[in-house]
Amino acid sequence: MEQLLQQIINGISLGSIYALIALGYTMVYGIIKLINFAHGDVYMIGAYTGYVCMTKFQLGFLPSLLIAMVVCALLGIIIEKVAYKPLRNATRIAVLITAIGVSLFLEYSTMFVASANVRSYPPMEGLLSKTFKIKNITISMHQIIIVIITLLLMVLLQFVVKKTKTGKAMRAVSQDRDAAQLMGIDVDNTISVTFALGSTLAGAAGVLVGVYYNSINPLMGTMPGLKAFVAAVFGGIGIIPGAMIGGYIIGIIEVFVSGYINSMYRDAVVFAILILILIVKPAGLLGKNTREKV
Amino acid sequence: MLEVKDINVHYGVIHALKGISLTVNEGEIVTLIGANGAGKTTTLRTISGLKKATSGQILLNGEDITALSAQDRVKKGISHVPEGRRIFPSMTVLENLEMGAYLRKDKDGIAEDLQRVYEWFPILADRKKQLAGTLSGGEQQMLAIGRALMSRPKILFLDEPSMGLAPLLVEEIFNIIKDINKAGTTILLVEQNANLALQIADRAYVLETGSIVLSGTGKELLQSDDIKKAYLGG
Ligand SMILES: Nc1ncnc2c1ncn2[C@@H]1O[C@H](COP(=O)(O)OP(=O)(O)OP(=O)(O)O)[C@@H](O)[C@H]1O
Ligand SMILES: [Mg+2]
Repeated sequence: MEQLLQQIINGISLGSIYALIALGYTMVYGIIKLINFAHGDVYMIGAYTGYVCMTKFQLGFLPSLLIAMVVCALLGIIIEKVAYKPLRNATRIAVLITAIGVSLFLEYSTMFVASANVRSYPPMEGLLSKTFKIKNITISMHQIIIVIITLLLMVLLQFVVKKTKTGKAMRAVSQDRDAAQLMGIDVDNTISVTFALGSTLAGAAGVLVGVYYNSINPLMGTMPGLKAFVAAVFGGIGIIPGAMIGGYIIGIIEVFVSGYINSMYRDAVVFAILILILIVKPAGLLGKNTREKV
Repeated sequence: MLEVKDINVHYGVIHALKGISLTVNEGEIVTLIGANGAGKTTTLRTISGLKKATSGQILLNGEDITALSAQDRVKKGISHVPEGRRIFPSMTVLENLEMGAYLRKDKDGIAEDLQRVYEWFPILADRKKQLAGTLSGGEQQMLAIGRALMSRPKILFLDEPSMGLAPLLVEEIFNIIKDINKAGTTILLVEQNANLALQIADRAYVLETGSIVLSGTGKELLQSDDIKKAYLGG
């Protein structure tokens, strides 16, 4: 029982990270129907930005987190403007290949600048380094922070998407781009904002992971990126609450497989889930089996 | 008010509009009729900025708007109810109407226009919390028109508002279109239902494979033998 609880706690921490990344996938997919395979690398850049802030500039956790989020927002906007916008009317496969190119570019540029070595985040101090023990269950302050910050960001995101004018424009563009233009919505601008928001969340996830797992490297975005993608598909790609739920479910499943079966299988299981969803319910958990709109 | 001069439009190698010119004067209802694939929708999409013209000029109140983006044309007073309604299915009825007023900042004016839309289409007031995608076809058409009115347009484009509606509802929608026009909005109406369209139109253009082949007042065209044969079923 205690072990179960412990696994759930670990799963929720990991799931938070996946959920944050998955949100970016799903938002971008929602608005331009692109699986942005460079998204995992934005998360990696977030982790490196946090690392530089903490080591080079001796900044604390929170300022580093915020700076990483801003840097990633800008990076997201630049990626969209430089790589995807010129392909607005190209075939989807062309854009997809470009996304893979952007991903490799980010990975190997980082290697070039920061070397391929694994780097470790500085240990947290004070309150941030505490762990709590209740019977045999340990909860680290890191985990608490991950969960709190993730929830906070999700609430904020929901507010932006549901209540603000920009959020409504995002939803309008994702539902019908032509009609959105006829309302006077600036579609290019709205797509930029979407990339910025998604990348902000990925940036936050990068710093949180750096703090949690302590080690970062230029290829760290690949696996979590793919798993977050699975999470987004699991919840129903393009559906924001779906990405949140999908992230937590994938995180918990992964931890359970590692804990109760064999950690060798955890990646295999996640991708087996992807295949299963695509067979059983391609629209995902929250997706309607939509009729293609006329 | 609106002047279209010799526009050509291509989809790849398809020459969809071959030098179309037309004018719509302030306060008029002008209709554009023609067979399937004649280029009616393309004409409206080009004037509202969704599709770029290869050549030609579009003037609104004397100002050249050919190079403006679609959203800037909305600012200039163009509103377009596209073919197939194109409401936002996962937004509520109210949110759809609010999107129509996206560029406006005058809260009071927006509230006023919302009331006006509800008066024209009371069903929308009853359904304001409902997701637009779950409305019936007729209700969606009303929503699409209502949404377009929320920008308080100077000129309103309607692309086949009667499509897929029961005859009784079609009549109701056409009455409302007349009302909207009387209340001061100039209208450019595209219709398959030539008979009805010509009855409410001040003037009309007939489009055939990308060219305007005939124009005149609604009455003239209703009586023209060619039109009777081709579009009015004898
Ligand atoms: N997106 C597109 N790509 C390629 N060709 C197109 C496209 N849209 C329209 N066309 C072509 O342009 C021509 C005019 O089409 P348009 O939709 O303007 O006709 P329409 O008069 O509105 O017809 P309908 O009454 O069926 O709505 C047609 O030959 C059509 O096949
Ligand atoms: Mg048409």
